[in-house]
Amino acid sequence: MEARPYTNPYLAGALLGVVLFGAFALTHSGLGASGAVSRIQVAATAAVAQSHVDHVGYFAAIGAGGRHALDHSSVMMLLGTFAGGLVSAYRHHRLKLEVCKGPQVSTRTRLVLALAGGALMGYGARFARGCTSGQALSGGAVLSAGSWTFMIAVFLGAYALAYSVRRLWN
Amino acid sequence: MLPLDISTHGKLASYLAFAAIGFAFGTVLEVAGFGNARKLAAQFYFKDMTVLKTMFTGIVTACLLVFLTSALGYLDFSKIFVNQTYLWPGIVGGLIMGAGFVIGGYCPGTSVVSAASLKVDGILFFVGTAVGAGLFGETVAWFSGFWNASYTERLLLSDWFGWSIGATVVAVTAGALAIFYAVEVTERHLAEPAAPWAWKLSNPRYVGAAATALGVALLIWGLGQPTPEQKWQRMGSQYQALLDTRDVFVHPLEYAKTWNDSAVKLVTLDLRPDADFDAFHLDSARHVSFAKLADKDFVFELDQLPPQGVVVLVTDDEDEAVRAWKRLKAQGVTNLYILDHGITGWKGEFAGVAVHPFDLARPSSKVLEAFPKDAYKPKIKLQTSRRAAGLCS
Repeated sequence: MEARPYTNPYLAGALLGVVLFGAFALTHSGLGASGAVSRIQVAATAAVAQSHVDHVGYFAAIGAGGRHALDHSSVMMLLGTFAGGLVSAYRHHRLKLEVCKGPQVSTRTRLVLALAGGALMGYGARFARGCTSGQALSGGAVLSAGSWTFMIAVFLGAYALAYSVRRLWN
Repeated sequence: MLPLDISTHGKLASYLAFAAIGFAFGTVLEVAGFGNARKLAAQFYFKDMTVLKTMFTGIVTACLLVFLTSALGYLDFSKIFVNQTYLWPGIVGGLIMGAGFVIGGYCPGTSVVSAASLKVDGILFFVGTAVGAGLFGETVAWFSGFWNASYTERLLLSDWFGWSIGATVVAVTAGALAIFYAVEVTERHLAEPAAPWAWKLSNPRYVGAAATALGVALLIWGLGQPTPEQKWQRMGSQYQALLDTRDVFVHPLEYAKTWNDSAVKLVTLDLRPDADFDAFHLDSARHVSFAKLADKDFVFELDQLPPQGVVVLVTDDEDEAVRAWKRLKAQGVTNLYILDHGITGWKGEFAGVAVHPFDLARPSSKVLEAFPKDAYKPKIKLQTSRRAAGLCS
């Protein structure tokens, strides 16, 4: 069956705003994703080498000793996000094993760059103490000054590099 | 009164709430098309401005809802987590993320949705974010000075610009609408087949929605955010019990102990008249007037205290102490206490102490040895929950 078209961007944005407000109203804090990514990474590291987690300060704060890295509300939100995406993709006939890429780029290049871009994103998100969801969206809505300067930096960084990597997407 | 503290209903309820919010979040990202890297990346080539439109509409919608409910007294904004400002680390991290975005095609949240809809690139991107987060943990020790610099606990755009919250909300809303307008007019012109430049928007729904958003923003500005006394009227009942049971009245000995505790950052505010303050005051005390306690900059400072910060009010007039406590509490000051019976009680407590040398204005911890251990009931309990909130940690 043909994939259904996406929702109007402003309508989707308004819904996103309502969800974000709901998050504030129920939990004090907004939305987030990168905190959970960090926790998954620490849990994976701990499964292989718990002593390494205990010795690196940044990891220890998340999952040292008896503390389980995944036992946190941010991880629950990530699982929810995954389930929401899965159900919605299924209902709109967009659940399909495929690679999203520009027409001129090979699948292998695209996959290597997805991994590399993800690594940059993960590094930057920890550097900035939050990602597009936790900093830009959530902090932006409650007028955090740092979140706004962060958001501008993300767009600047992306636009500055966009021309050099145009072959990836066009 | 919002926000509801879902965590008081137990861990299971709290986790279910977070999962439910996540489910709604994932659904919205998916229907917006954010599970598809081509759609996201098109933003950076001005071909499809969905990311900008959806993101800013989301920010403005949530912003209007938060500050409207706050203005109307349904939500206590001082309890809402505001991301701390680490100005330069945020900018550097943002630039790195921007590069990652245009190379990899997602951000962490959207890659989760992409992976959920079986996009192989989304799955790899997500794995990459975990690798990147790990690399950060391994390397942060090399530049921890920079990473922890240029920090402000709770800095709003309104504080930064010196505007009211209402004016800032109007500016953000109007700014977003101006960008949307520019995008709509440009998109129409760049579409194939291209329409000639035209200033008029043809979609009456867009015009209506924009007018509504701007109207709400202006309403928020017009209403203003509630004064501390108005906030106390609406939310005070939840704290009244602390006053009734005297759980916020700190015994002089506990004060002396806290003062000598290097792990606590103690702020003492003396509200007594000038003459009394000049005659005698605690060495640690700052002399402030009752009016000062509603001053935005002054309260801003108290809000920047670390989690182990404790604020103690000192005055001989207990009614005034209670009024001051309510005023600051309504503005979200945490770990707030009153010195029981003020300076009169202080002098009385230490009147016959035989510790030498003894300075009444700055007692050393030795003075505690002159009293039995159970001479007072400890009241100070550090509350750090609000500060610890936020999903990025």
